[in-house]
This record gives sequence, structure tokens and C-alpha cells, in this order.
Amino acid sequence: MSEEQTLKIEKIQKGTVIDHIPVGRALQVLKILNIYSDIGLTVSIAIHVKSKKLGLKDVIKIEERILDSSELNKIALVAEGATISIVDNFEVIKKFSVKAPEVVIGILRCSNPRCITNTGENVKSSFIITSKDPIILKCHYCEREMETDEIIENIV
Amino acid sequence: MWLNRDLVSIGDLSKEEILEVLAKANSLLEYGKSGHPDLPLKGKIIATLFYEPSTRTRLSFESAAKRMGAEVLGFGSLESTSVAKGETLLDTVRIIDGYSDAIVLRHPSEGAARLASEYSEVPVINAGDGAGQHPTQTLLDIFTIWKEVGKVDDTTIGFVGDLKYGRTVHSLSKALSLFNVNLHFISPEQLKLPKHIRKEIEKKVTVKEHKDLEEVIPKLDVLYVTRIQKERFPDPEEYKKVAGTYVLRASTVSRGKRSMVIMHPLPRVDEIPFEIDNLPQARYFRQAAYGVPVRMALLDLILRGE
Repeated sequence: MSEEQTLKIEKIQKGTVIDHIPVGRALQVLKILNIYSDIGLTVSIAIHVKSKKLGLKDVIKIEERILDSSELNKIALVAEGATISIVDNFEVIKKFSVKAPEVVIGILRCSNPRCITNTGENVKSSFIITSKDPIILKCHYCEREMETDEIIENIV
Repeated sequence: MWLNRDLVSIGDLSKEEILEVLAKANSLLEYGKSGHPDLPLKGKIIATLFYEPSTRTRLSFESAAKRMGAEVLGFGSLESTSVAKGETLLDTVRIIDGYSDAIVLRHPSEGAARLASEYSEVPVINAGDGAGQHPTQTLLDIFTIWKEVGKVDDTTIGFVGDLKYGRTVHSLSKALSLFNVNLHFISPEQLKLPKHIRKEIEKKVTVKEHKDLEEVIPKLDVLYVTRIQKERFPDPEEYKKVAGTYVLRASTVSRGKRSMVIMHPLPRVDEIPFEIDNLPQARYFRQAAYGVPVRMALLDLILRGE
């Protein structure tokens, strides 16, 4: 991060920084992470920040919380290419970009109420990514397509 | 490769494979009425699991199986089955899998056949999953066009009626987009073809939308009529008005080519009055009859690979 941006949000001692979120998507990422109100942790959000890489971006810092891989896969659905930094004792100990997988299994409900995956059968939902920008997922079973808003509403 | 293959969605088939089914159905056409003399599927058992009522699809599958010499078992309603006791689809499929050589499945939930195909060792043929896929209907529709018009490429096909909810229209128009065709969609504003389907097919073929059948009928080689369902309209008055506008009149048919072929997936209600049945253009009963040879062809391809 540049000096200018670190002035806006302080460095964290321990936790997760989600950088290079496509501008305007920070609130969707928070929704995916189930951060609606006071979760007892300090969460800093910067929206519409200048970025050399993206022009403009959003940034989220969550103190004391290390995201697991299932949460990261979910973020990739709305913020492909976001950079995750795991921070400990003010040092970045791990840094990587999230990538949307080709197939999304088990982390979303199909938005079609008549889909067989919503009828109590013992089956995990499964979606194929048919477009990355904008993201479009197609249910492997009922073939219904979902776009960003529906995807966010149906994350489990 | 056809042997032991599932048929879940018409999108699973290439144009070449569709043409292969048509040619095979044509070669079996005469046996659709009399039965195949060699009984090529003798000793095979076809299970027909119908979780929803159906007349044409179930009976034409059963007729096709028997004409080829196969035995049929299954159910057409749920009252006397374990499903009525709450058994899941997957459990039922895994059990019937052990009793049969192929499963023909109709189910109210979309995606049911795809799921069943993943758990069944024997091939699963989708006979309609809710508002989802019904690939054998699409194949018999294409067969009807091929037989009655004489070709599929270079034809102009008009769909009229409920184009929003009608699954036969969706999958037939997608399958036709593999061919060189012109498609016209005629419907009231409320029942227009869904945008995502239009977007998908107009990448490959010419698509035009209309409100008035009269203006487009002279161009058509095929007129595919569908039923406008009352329950799609919150206001019954609005339904009456719209449905009345889309009733096919003999005077409208006379504006079209004499060689035009009128199709309908059936059952019809008022959209095709009985007077049309006697016109040479009316082919919907023949279309329904073609369900038998087309399903004979599919069963033979899937169970014997030839």
C-alpha cells in the first residue's frame, strides 16, 4: 500500500487485509463475510481509494480475524483478483490473490425455488462459471443462471 | 458414443447427433405402428418413473419400448409408491437402477434428471423436469419439421403463444439455433421470450419478435402454436383478451403458405379450434405420433449403441 493510503486506514497488528477489491464492491464483500453490524472486531473499510493497479478500488481490514479458504472462495465470486494479506505483528506473513474457481460447489443456494437442490435431496449445489465479468453462474442441475445480486443473496 | 449415455438436456447433443436420431427414427418409422420384427431390445427392461401425470410422454415411451421388444415397469402416479412415504428421488433411483436397463424420468423439480443421472449406473432419459428440460419432445419436434417440411436447414419457423413460460419453445428454439433457420416469435408483451434465451440464440440465427401473427404468417414454413395458460395472468379479464387475440383462425392460416406446417406440443385448449384440424396444414397429431419412432430410435441408440 502507498503512504497516502496507509494514512487513511491504520496498519493492523494482526488480521486480514483485503485489498484491490473492485471499486464499489466492499459492502458486498462484507455481506459475504457476514459482517453486518458490530462483530466485536475492528473493521476498517475504505471505498473509492486511488489505486495504481485498478484506478480505483475498495479496501477492507479486519483485525484479529484470519479468513479461511471457504470464505475466500466466496469473496472471489464478487471480487475476483482481490489481494489478501494475512498480517501478524504488523508484518505481512502471507499474501495472495483470490481467483474464482471454475466450479462452485456447496457455498451457494440455487435461486430457483423449483431446483432439485432445494427440495431436501442429499445433494450439494454446484455451479459453473459461464462469465467472469460480470460474474454469471449456471446451476449444474436446473441450468438457471445467477448474476451478482442473486449470488450475494444466495450465499450460505 | 450412444451406448449407455444419459439424455438430460437437448444441449447435451450436437447437430450431428440430432441428425443421427432423426435418420434412425426415420428408419424405424414403419415399426412405430407394427412393432420391430427383430425385437432388438428383447430382454431389456425400461423403468418409467413418472412423478407427475403425463399422457403422451409416458405412453409413447412405453409404446416405443414395447415396439422394440423391451419390457416396461414403473409408475405413472405416486399413490402406491414409496415416494408417497417420503422416499427421496435419489433413493428411488438407486433402487430402480438395480431393476432396469434404463430409467425414463419425469419429475416436477428442475434438474432432477441431471441429479438422477449422477447416481444411476444405468442411463437416465429425461422425460421432463418441471419447467426445465424435455429433450425427447424437442427431438420429436425437430423430426416433425424434418419430415413434414422436408428439411430443417433453410426454414422459417414462427412460435406463437406463451413464449415466456413454455419450455418446449425454449428448448426447441435453442436446438434449432444449431441449424440454419430464421426464427420469429409472436406473443403478447407479457409472454415474450425470456431475454437470456433470445440472447443465446441470436448469436447463431436470425431472431425477430412480433405481436401480430397476421403480418408474419406469409413467411412461415412452420407455425408452432403453444397454449396460453390462464394462471399466468393475475387479471382474468386480461387473460380473456390476450388469449382471444391468439386463437388461430382459418382465415389467418389462409394468409400463410399452403405448404405451411402447423405444430403444437399438445394438449391444446382453445388456441387451435377444431375447424383447423381438417386443414392440410394441421400436423399436430402426426407430430404426437412421431413421438414413438423418435423414442424407439433413442432407446435403441442408448441401449444397444446402434
